[in-house]
Amino acid sequence: MNEVLWNILLALLSAGLVFAFTRLARGPHLPDRVIALDLISILAMGFIVAYAVRFDQPVFLDVAIILAIISFLGTVAFAYYLERRI
Amino acid sequence: MLREILVMVLMISGALFMFLAGVGLLRMPDLFLRMSSTSKAGTLGAGLILLGAAIHFDNFGIYTRAIAIIVFLMLTAPVAAHMIGRAAYFDGVPLWKGTVQDDLRGHYRASTHALERTIVPESDVLTTETLGEDFDY
Repeated sequence: MNEVLWNILLALLSAGLVFAFTRLARGPHLPDRVIALDLISILAMGFIVAYAVRFDQPVFLDVAIILAIISFLGTVAFAYYLERRI
Repeated sequence: MLREILVMVLMISGALFMFLAGVGLLRMPDLFLRMSSTSKAGTLGAGLILLGAAIHFDNFGIYTRAIAIIVFLMLTAPVAAHMIGRAAYFDGVPLWKGTVQDDLRGHYRASTHALERTIVPESDVLTTETLGEDFDY
């Protein structure tokens, strides 16, 4: 029962990741790709936290903190680049 | 047992919100609509998953860490979304053809990137396409 629920959770996250990668590949403009990257990093954070709970390893939460900070800085840097490019 | 059920409900609903953020990113017709779906649903999904993890571990350090990540996400997601949306508006990303009103039209000065209360004169106005007829979904 529990195993089935874990599979459902990971399948939902994987489907979201596939959709975000599709938008990253075919986004018509550069800002579309940037927000796709932002969502991909948040989804990766969700994956990491889910694995930390699944295998009972609380150290993985530190990786989630770092990923949140890095993704915010990356998005801000891309926004600066987009605005200065014009 | 009760705690396991609570953790599972929180994490599954968080994963569901993240999945819906992915669906919105793929299916919404316009950059600004896509951005609204990903920033709100993505943050809520990540927050629910982190809350589930904190309840699962039930440790003071883990609670602190999870709440720190949630607060950080809630502080930074709107800032990042606003910066990307502003840059995209300057970049001339077209709006969806069903858009009813563009309140920023004519209020941005192209030379200084400043937002002004009055309508900017025609010579210095930012040129933004409003209708994208050839939008692919």
